[in-house]
Amino acid sequence: MDALEAVRLRPVSPRLGRRRFADRVFRAAVFGAVIVVLMPLAAILGTIVVRGAPALNWDFLTSLPKPVGETGGGVGHAILGTLILALGGLLMAVPVGVPAGVFLASDRMPRLAGAIRMCADVLAGVPSIVVGMFAYTLLVLPFKQFSALAGAFALSVIMLPTIARTTEEVVRLVPSTLTEAALALGAPRWRVMLKVVLPSAGKGVAAGIIAAFSRGAGETAPLMFTAFGSQFLSFSPLQPIAALPLVLFNYAVSPYDDWHAQAWAAALVLAALVLAGNVIARFATARRSS
Amino acid sequence: MSLASILVPVPGRSDAPRQVVTPPPAMTKDAPRTAKMVIESLTAYYGSHAVLRNVSLPVVERTVTAVIGPSGCGKSTMVRCLNRMHEIIPGTSVSGRVLLDGLDVYGRHLDPIELRRRVGMVFQKPNPFPTMSVRDNVLAGWSLTGTKPPNADDVVENALRRAALWDEVKDRLKAPGGSLSGGQAQRLCIARALAVQPDVLLMDEPCSALDPIATARIEELIHELASTVTIVIVTHNMQQAARVSEFTAFLYMGDLVEFGDTAGIFTRPSDPRTEDYITGRFG
Ligand SMILES: Nc1ncnc2c1ncn2[C@@H]1O[C@H](COP(=O)(O)OP(=O)(O)O)[C@@H](O)[C@H]1O
Ligand SMILES: [Mg+2]
Repeated sequence: MDALEAVRLRPVSPRLGRRRFADRVFRAAVFGAVIVVLMPLAAILGTIVVRGAPALNWDFLTSLPKPVGETGGGVGHAILGTLILALGGLLMAVPVGVPAGVFLASDRMPRLAGAIRMCADVLAGVPSIVVGMFAYTLLVLPFKQFSALAGAFALSVIMLPTIARTTEEVVRLVPSTLTEAALALGAPRWRVMLKVVLPSAGKGVAAGIIAAFSRGAGETAPLMFTAFGSQFLSFSPLQPIAALPLVLFNYAVSPYDDWHAQAWAAALVLAALVLAGNVIARFATARRSS
Repeated sequence: MSLASILVPVPGRSDAPRQVVTPPPAMTKDAPRTAKMVIESLTAYYGSHAVLRNVSLPVVERTVTAVIGPSGCGKSTMVRCLNRMHEIIPGTSVSGRVLLDGLDVYGRHLDPIELRRRVGMVFQKPNPFPTMSVRDNVLAGWSLTGTKPPNADDVVENALRRAALWDEVKDRLKAPGGSLSGGQAQRLCIARALAVQPDVLLMDEPCSALDPIATARIEELIHELASTVTIVIVTHNMQQAARVSEFTAFLYMGDLVEFGDTAGIFTRPSDPRTEDYITGRFG
């Protein structure tokens, strides 16, 4: 008698029916919950694609805004501005965040590490407008000048916890056997970090940086009173600079229909940028852990 | 002379007249042997827990010393005290002395970096650096200490030849370190350790992750290396200890139960615990 037969021959418990029913109800509930979670995402993406696509074309992506009343024009300055701001933010956040993550993963000075970890978590929870305020007080007020620098700084504060915590996470995943091998060769700790651990964790660290990039690229509030926005193409760190979220906001609240259409298209571009970053980060981490 | 003498350099002066220490009872070689390392009253702690208590033994120059004992008895801890790898784990400490050529490795004369260059280590699980090529793995002991070998190509070839790996990898020195088989990877780790010309090589169960053929190759290699390098090998394989070593230390629950020449330990153990262990009654 094989196992299957044994199961078949076992007398059916009177509770079996009830259990099957409970199982079905539970499955239905879980399935329903998944739908409810996915629906807003689908609705948002669907709406911005449907409403943003008509205004989207090469000209929109590359040209500057036209004065009110003229049709056409684009958000090339804002796409560039967002890239500049986000990269500038990374330029400030990476040199602090990566070493901080490495330190957190090293399990040295547990008290200090605990304090830093808590700061990072609190920072991650600070409303982004407060971060903007902070950057405004620090870098705008004293110079009486909105600037790309202040905007990038505000974004760097937003990016910092993401970078530090993902770096910590992926550095922890590097097998301690590698660290030991390097230390046993007489390598000082900093060189072990630089030449063995970080290269091994490289993809994961990069994924964290890309995730921080897309997080920063999508922020609006910290830029409103730092980078401020601009109608022009600007490469100066000391001048106001345009950013997609700011354009989106300004166009959306404007009274003009063609600006509304452009706001939707800007939303589509911004969402695509952020999503692309997240997807790249996902893929990088997936390959690392395989 | 019934017992051999082990000559120990006087601490602090490697060229000083050598002092004779009490030899282990079972040692019967006639020629005087020089102790490359001497472990004196070594006690090692994890936190406040002493996992190795008052261990003293010499490590004779250019021979193989096996460390045997049941799992958890402190074998790894002991060898890791010899190159100060024990202290990389937070909360650990040691007392007692470990001498290398008469110098206390825990003293001010040697810093851990210099010590670890002279006392190399091979681990249980082959651990080549996956982000480095085979060649860069061999040179890692140099690059990771910020030094340059006099002639990198020679160093690579020499170390790989000594590790009996040259013929297998000479055409793929650029391949990633992780692309070798288990046995090759372990020999790469041996080459990496040898490339900085250490005096002593510590091997912590170097074959336990390998198949019998790869194990036999490593054992053969250990035999060859012993003419130039002092080797301490941890093994829980008694046959291996008997095959490769000249001296054996038996650790049991943190105590050094017995130390002596391997043949003696295996044929006439003086402690019942040693006998129980080597006859397989526990462990
Ligand atoms: N990192 C550690 N922290 C605390 N205790 C440890 C640690 N590593 C080993 N030990 C303990 O020290 C004892 C000796 O371990 P070890 O030297 O690894 O034994 P062996 O190599 O002989 O198997 C064991 O009881 C083990 O539980
Ligand atoms: Mg061990």
